[in-house]
Amino acid sequence: MSTATREGTIKGRLGDSPPRPDGLAKTQGAFAFAGDLSADGFLWGATLRSPHAHARIRGIDLSAAWKIDGVAAVITAGDVPGKPTYGLISKDQPVFAADVVRYVGEPVAAVAADHPETCRRALAAIVVDYEMLPPLFDPERAIDGSHPPIHPDGNVIRRQRIITGDQSLQGEVIVEGTYELGMQDQAFLGLEAALALPDPGGAGVELFVATQWLHEDRGQIAACLGLAPEEVRLTLGGVGGAFGAREDISLQVHTCLLALRTGRPVRLAYSREESFLGHVHRHPATIWMRHHATAQGSIQRIEARLVLDGGAYASTSSAVLINAVTHVQGPYKCANATVDGYAVRTNNLPCGAMRGFGVVQACFAHEGQMDKLAAACGLDPVEIRLLNAMETGDSLITGQVIENVAPVAECITRVAALPLPDAPVGGRDGDPLDLPGGAGLTADPAHIRRGIGWGVAIKNLMYSEAFDDYATARCTLSNGVASLKFATVEVGQGFVVLAQQIARSVLGVDDVVLEPIDTTIGSAGSTSASRQTWMSGGAVDGACRLVRERLFELVGAQYDIEPVQLAIDGRDVIDTMGTLRVSVSAATAGIELVETFEHHHRPTEELDENGHGNCHTAFAFVAHRAVVDVDPELGLVKVVQVATAQDVGVALNPLSVLGQIEGGIAQGLGLAVMEEIIFTDGRVRNASFTDYLLPTMLDMPTVVAALIEHPDPMAPLGAKGVGEPPTISSTPAIVAAIRDAIGRDLSRVPVRPADICLP
Amino acid sequence: MADNEMYALHVNGTRHEVADAWIGESLLYVLRERLGLLGSKGACEQGECGSCSVLVDDELVCSCLVLAASAVGQAIVTIEGIAPHGAPSDVQRAFVECGAVQCGFCTPGLIMATHALLERTPQPTGSEIREELSGNICRCTGYGRIIEAVQRVAVWRSIEP
Repeated sequence: MSTATREGTIKGRLGDSPPRPDGLAKTQGAFAFAGDLSADGFLWGATLRSPHAHARIRGIDLSAAWKIDGVAAVITAGDVPGKPTYGLISKDQPVFAADVVRYVGEPVAAVAADHPETCRRALAAIVVDYEMLPPLFDPERAIDGSHPPIHPDGNVIRRQRIITGDQSLQGEVIVEGTYELGMQDQAFLGLEAALALPDPGGAGVELFVATQWLHEDRGQIAACLGLAPEEVRLTLGGVGGAFGAREDISLQVHTCLLALRTGRPVRLAYSREESFLGHVHRHPATIWMRHHATAQGSIQRIEARLVLDGGAYASTSSAVLINAVTHVQGPYKCANATVDGYAVRTNNLPCGAMRGFGVVQACFAHEGQMDKLAAACGLDPVEIRLLNAMETGDSLITGQVIENVAPVAECITRVAALPLPDAPVGGRDGDPLDLPGGAGLTADPAHIRRGIGWGVAIKNLMYSEAFDDYATARCTLSNGVASLKFATVEVGQGFVVLAQQIARSVLGVDDVVLEPIDTTIGSAGSTSASRQTWMSGGAVDGACRLVRERLFELVGAQYDIEPVQLAIDGRDVIDTMGTLRVSVSAATAGIELVETFEHHHRPTEELDENGHGNCHTAFAFVAHRAVVDVDPELGLVKVVQVATAQDVGVALNPLSVLGQIEGGIAQGLGLAVMEEIIFTDGRVRNASFTDYLLPTMLDMPTVVAALIEHPDPMAPLGAKGVGEPPTISSTPAIVAAIRDAIGRDLSRVPVRPADICLP
Repeated sequence: MADNEMYALHVNGTRHEVADAWIGESLLYVLRERLGLLGSKGACEQGECGSCSVLVDDELVCSCLVLAASAVGQAIVTIEGIAPHGAPSDVQRAFVECGAVQCGFCTPGLIMATHALLERTPQPTGSEIREELSGNICRCTGYGRIIEAVQRVAVWRSIEP
């Protein structure tokens, strides 16, 4: 251990933007993603999926598959030793379909073999005898009961009403609309992948996997394998993005089963097409809303009916629905509400978590309504939003009081003050890349129209409805070096660098070692719901503070000073009332201070039958303004600029915050004008990156971002989660800008060329 | 597996024997699974995302679209051959400094594409950067920090060519 004194201040504390510890390895191709992991003597795994949306399995003939050279295992539902089903909230999804398949892509069997091509041939040799059943694709038929149940749990996953205040109030101004959203895919780049290593004799299994929540996975996997949780050990494989799609089990149980069956390591990785079928998606939704307001534009009452298509299995649909109904008022004051929401089961792809989690759907509806209300009251989009902006102390329609910092009006006014793009309509210097449609030279600059639109959002942070999604961290301080241990999944968001920043700030150390992310420590909860900065950040901060107390006790005892007088200054422990100064390195030479901390957020409640209750933990706010150029004849859109101001509490790592803002806006833009999974009779027609369009560098506009920093007293580090808000109101802002450009209503995303150019 | 072949590939200046390989294997598969060069990533398998970008005879290609056996006799450079491990390239350093790396799955392909861009066009305009790198999809960053990183390298190289 070097004892050389370092010059200057500690770099990479809270508020700085130090380089992420995994950054260089990622640029060199040296970072190990889950799909890069291998083991001696491994087999490849692969999954057979249903080609039908709804069918009974009359029989499965595996004999031809077994006869193929190189095939080591062929397994079906009968080979699942433990619980035959799994799920995050309701365990309603089979590991393999046993008697009925309920969506195109549902796993029916899996194989292990010596080469991916052998696997493909083995899957092709499996003969499944299906008897077609009538499929249910229309969510309204799930609600009205006109289709027989497609699952023993019924066709309605959850219904939730919110009945608040005066149910008969009629406003002087009434506007209404019906808003639709297509199914969006998370489209992370790092495909689902796992490596399972069986213990000798099948006593247990070790799984390296790209996931969002190791401990939740472990519980579900162990139950299906018929093993105790401690017999299933999970280590995080490098995660190539997640965005909600890895919150549910996909290949985890299959990979473990194949490894336990063959007694050999098994690698399983999805193709892109399979990935579209193999994970949950953003719920398609239809939302009707009616706003009642005074003639001056103050919202008095909202009515809403929300229908979310959950697809074949429940996943997190009930929680997504709660988010949708409880956020449908938007970040606006409202005293009276009549809201009815359904999450239903159909024979479409299962839907669950995606960045924004129900609030994306609600926001598209309430922001469309705000623009209608502005027009009806003779106000502009900014005036109507400022007039109704929510503040700290206001009540939601659920009765919950907003106790967080709630700078809604400030977000809006800051965005309004950001400069509009200086590029003229249709771009500058005749560069065709600035035109809608780009280098194809299809757009005539003379016909292009510019539009400006607004979107403002409220988003809950952390889990809701009485769920204690705590986070655990351990800190070890020795010889002036801190080591941190947590099961917090790094999906790309940068928790690994934030954790180091926290330890440096609390402990006065330069070097912070990160231990492997696995299940040998308590849960960190999921990397989702914009929660890890608050929750795991709180846990790391708590563990480091406990260690610092121990350090002060130690130094205090050594020098006969009250520990409360001691503080960290630079790399030293100092006596704030005296002259003592001793370096943290010297004070911890040859000893080890170890502390573990669990951070729990405040308790929340379930909603009652009228939709009342303090169901959410905390809230963040954001505003977006979009500028678009539209070719109304060809229906092409170029997003020119998105300006945003976001309520972040404190920017603990400003560069990471900006990365979340820009990345989130890209996904919001995708939903606005490009991204949709398209079905015919339950069959995905565009399960590839050729046909499912993602924003490229040419599609992304300039982003102008302002950070609204008011430390939130409820947050352990004063910081709010920042991951989801950018995705939420960017979509309605872009659609509003298109409406503004073409002067016509648009009520569905993604906006397609035909929606623009065909009335 | 039938239809197996033996051939040799020249990768990062080294000759590699590929023995007992199925002739249908892509260059990406052979680089990763047979030569252990895991830096090239597969995300779409049809040449849409650029994650598997490598240089074949100085031309930037998607290695998922190239049959490995067809690259015999050509000089292949992968992300592992861009710079020595202990001495990262200016592009690699700029990506880390500028916050252009989040999950990192697209990053090796973007590093390859950025090197190729700056070889051809040392001082690209913003429009040229967007056009030239539009074949590389990033799902995390929204591209802003990546553009910043490319521009930073262009500045560095203009100061110390």
